[in-house]
Amino acid sequence: MSIRDRMSGNEAIATAMRQINPDVFAMFPITPSTEIPQYFAKYVADGKVDTEFICVESEHSSMSACIGAEAAGCRAITATSSAGLSYMNETLFVAASARLPIVLAVACRALTGPININHDYSDSMAERDSGFIQIYAENNQEAYDNYLQAHRIAETADVRLPVMICEDGFITSHALENIELESDEDVKAFVGEYNPENYLLKEENPLAVGPYGVSGYYMEARVAQAEAMKNAKKAILAVAEDFEKTFGRKYGFFEEYKMEDAEEAIVIMGSSAGTAKAAVDELRAEGKKVGLIKVRVFRPFPGEELAEALKNVKAVAVLDKSEGFSANGGPLFAETASACINLETRPKMIDIVYGLGGRDFTVAHTKRIFAHLEKIAETGETGPVYIHLGQRDAREEVL
Amino acid sequence: MNKKAIEITEQSVWQDLTCGCEIYEAGSSRLTLTGEWRSKIPVWDAEKCRHCMLCTPFCPDSSIPVTDGKRSDFDYDHCKGCGICFTICPFGAIEWKEVH
Repeated sequence: MSIRDRMSGNEAIATAMRQINPDVFAMFPITPSTEIPQYFAKYVADGKVDTEFICVESEHSSMSACIGAEAAGCRAITATSSAGLSYMNETLFVAASARLPIVLAVACRALTGPININHDYSDSMAERDSGFIQIYAENNQEAYDNYLQAHRIAETADVRLPVMICEDGFITSHALENIELESDEDVKAFVGEYNPENYLLKEENPLAVGPYGVSGYYMEARVAQAEAMKNAKKAILAVAEDFEKTFGRKYGFFEEYKMEDAEEAIVIMGSSAGTAKAAVDELRAEGKKVGLIKVRVFRPFPGEELAEALKNVKAVAVLDKSEGFSANGGPLFAETASACINLETRPKMIDIVYGLGGRDFTVAHTKRIFAHLEKIAETGETGPVYIHLGQRDAREEVL
Repeated sequence: MNKKAIEITEQSVWQDLTCGCEIYEAGSSRLTLTGEWRSKIPVWDAEKCRHCMLCTPFCPDSSIPVTDGKRSDFDYDHCKGCGICFTICPFGAIEWKEVH
């Protein structure tokens, strides 16, 4: 039986961590860390968990401590944000290639510059090639639910990859919302104990982690890691299925919202999806055939499934809340467009970069996007493919 | 089934690598010959050597074998050619030569 409560995304994730009671939480105790370790420090002080809580001197060190702890056979976690995630960069690749199922909570925020602490996906998208599984939440409930599923996905035998649980900085991390929590016992039963086959502290089995791999081995090691990421797709769906059976809330790679007969659609991530759904509802009420896909799992990217969901749509706008500086569109657009490239009939597709550094995204914005898509669908002319939305602009705006 | 490092070679397919390239036995560095990195080579002169045992602990790669208090010739399969032994030897018993 779920427990109704109200809390921020940070507290929701910290609550999930408390219920799971991991062996080690290594954290950098100053900004740009999140409130998550602050909540967790209280649980430690109040004796609600028996986690080894290690305060280190940087995020590079917090991920390094997690790597050591996880290799030793512990369930190790941490949390960070923005520049803190960037500072972890090197060690994220180490964690993933050593195949250590660490779970990292990220409150996604902009990167400098100019200096800005608000939400976009600059930080997490910069780590999209680190080898971490990345799961994004629309709201507090999803952040909590995704976290409850993370350890099982990470620890699946043919996956063994670290997971990044992403929530939108401030919008989700700090806003209080209603939430349905599960009981401590039910969470513990769902997540289970961590019993790795091999680990450094296993006396009877000497083990070395993270060896040198000359060019005669590196390629094979990377292929094995790439296969593990493919295997993660199956694990994500299997854990989601058991989660639905246990707690009643349904998850997949992405959420399709009013897509059945949609002729125009937007592909979007995170909290903005809530705003965009309101616009979809209003436009549907006017008889417009519009829909929305909210991508939940960005790594592994569900390319085939997304292409299948978009194949009958006439015009698609992919919304990127990070600027990849590719001069060719953002990362979600690159993935979505390449996923659709081999479809027999594929939609016209544009990229809209929006919401950078906490810039507002509104129902009115969404309606402008759909009006633009309608024009593309009617004329068959895609027009400019890589567009920015929401900035003050001396030029005439495309939308 | 996890393979031992000794069973994994540069002919192994990726499916035969261990997860994360973990190594499940001790002393596996002996299996990997890394001496080819050298650009210069230390050459031991047994006549001049007094077996003072200064070179051995200075070698960063355990490439100077010692038996019963006496050193023998270099382990060239693992010597990286750093030259520390040549620098440290008080008796001029180690020459420092170009690799040809």
